[in-house]
Amino acid sequence: MSLLSLSQIGKTFPNGTRALDQLDLAVSRGDFISLLGPSGCGKSTALRLIAGLERADSGTLTWDEAKPDIGFVFQDPTLMPWANVFDNVFLPLRLKGVTRADATPKIMDALTRVGLGDFADSFPRELSGGMKMRASIARALVLRPALLLMDEPFAALDEITRLKLNRDLLELQAELGMTVIFVTHSVYESAYLSSRICVFSNRPGHIIETIDVGPSGPRGEEFRLTSAYLETCQRASAALEQAMERA
Amino acid sequence: MKTARILPLLTFVALLLGWEALVHIQNIPAYVLPAPSRIFVALREDWELLSAALFVTLKITVLALALATGIGVALAILFAQSTWLERTFFPIAVILQVTPIIAIAPLLLIYLDAGTAVLACAFLVAFFPILSNTALGLSSTDHNLRDLFDLYGASRWQQMRLLRLPSALPYFLGGLRIAGGLALIGAIAAEIAAGASGQGAGLAYRILEAGYRLNIPRMFAALVLISVAGIAIWLALEFVSTRLLARWHESTRARSP
Ligand SMILES: Nc1ncnc2c1ncn2[C@@H]1O[C@H](COP(=O)(O)OP(=O)(O)OP(=O)(O)O)[C@@H](O)[C@H]1O
Ligand SMILES: [Mg+2]
Repeated sequence: MSLLSLSQIGKTFPNGTRALDQLDLAVSRGDFISLLGPSGCGKSTALRLIAGLERADSGTLTWDEAKPDIGFVFQDPTLMPWANVFDNVFLPLRLKGVTRADATPKIMDALTRVGLGDFADSFPRELSGGMKMRASIARALVLRPALLLMDEPFAALDEITRLKLNRDLLELQAELGMTVIFVTHSVYESAYLSSRICVFSNRPGHIIETIDVGPSGPRGEEFRLTSAYLETCQRASAALEQAMERA
Repeated sequence: MKTARILPLLTFVALLLGWEALVHIQNIPAYVLPAPSRIFVALREDWELLSAALFVTLKITVLALALATGIGVALAILFAQSTWLERTFFPIAVILQVTPIIAIAPLLLIYLDAGTAVLACAFLVAFFPILSNTALGLSSTDHNLRDLFDLYGASRWQQMRLLRLPSALPYFLGGLRIAGGLALIGAIAAEIAAGASGQGAGLAYRILEAGYRLNIPRMFAALVLISVAGIAIWLALEFVSTRLLARWHESTRARSP
């Protein structure tokens, strides 16, 4: 079932940078789509367009039904420095008018999922870079959004945490029935997580190759040993190399 | 840490002792330059008169500061609603700020009674740093955070209360600390301009009065009280500021040496 489609999207910033050109992307419910590509090719811009934070200057973006609840993990943690972790995660609920008492179990659940259960009272400046990012992920999850947009969420994390959060993310996606659009620089991460990988090329940004990986859903660590996974990695690497050459 | 506290204190005491010694050795009469001990005596003898005057000046200063805070912040919030409003009215605030208060005071004294005029002067000088700093703070909100609030459909009021006001707080407090000192200066300047008509009898009036009577030690004693009042205001605002920013702002972050 289709959720949203972008067709022939173009975006030029006021300073003349053409960030996206003729971008086509169809997203179905339950998809896990990775946007893979070199730095500066317009991946963040594409996510911001989908979230409605940026307006395309050509092309159309259509939602099949009403625009759903969206969770957004920005490339920077984007936490409010004056509020502790609990209040930062509370924000989306608070803006929707949920009381603190009703929100507390949801907030603690989201914090536990990202391993920050013990840090609810800490302030952002007291956290490491990776912990800030996890707080930001908890905030995006707390509304249980139908669509989760993530902009390189795990780039600042160590390998072990990253693998664990990759696994958790897939389980959570299945549990909540979320659709995820995920920006990453890592071929391996995209091959493990995605049902589909879209490889971006530079200047102006557009998709040069789409790789179907298979149905989304929880994948065990053993998935990383399958030949399908390795083949995906190879194809994605080749496409990425091609994208880099064009840059 | 300890030397950091003791050193300024020692310097100060040394300065006073030097002053005291100078006056005694040179036999300088008290009506030219009173020794610190003589000033202290004046402070004790005239305490009733001077403490009443201190109270008057402090009351005006604090009242002016409170008014400046309320009106300054309210105007800054109003300006944040539309650049059109800001462009129209901000220049007026600038004009009020750049015109020296000592030049405005005589005019105000014609239109208002002395007490109100002094209050108005103290308010006028304290108001601008609060307005301009808060306005700057309100427009310096982190862009990513604004995006986040937009994404979650925050109303204008929610953006103001939960995002823009908290992120303007450090700027506001910076303005408040400047305004505290300025309010006192404004009050003193206006009292001096009011001169003999100042039946309000604040500290500046007592200085003028003592000057006419050549009571130099009392002049110094009143001056000491003004300094003490200024320092007290500064310390109080500094305390409030560090308390409010204690756990989150970069300015209160301890650095390892
Ligand atoms: N607000 C802006 N104003 C002007 N140009 C912008 C703006 N935001 C992005 N750009 C430009 O648009 C292009 C795409 O930027 P974008 O942030 O989408 O890249 P990205 O693919 O997310 O890169 P990275 O992987 O480094 O995060 C870049 O060339 C960038 O310079
Ligand atoms: Mg980016």
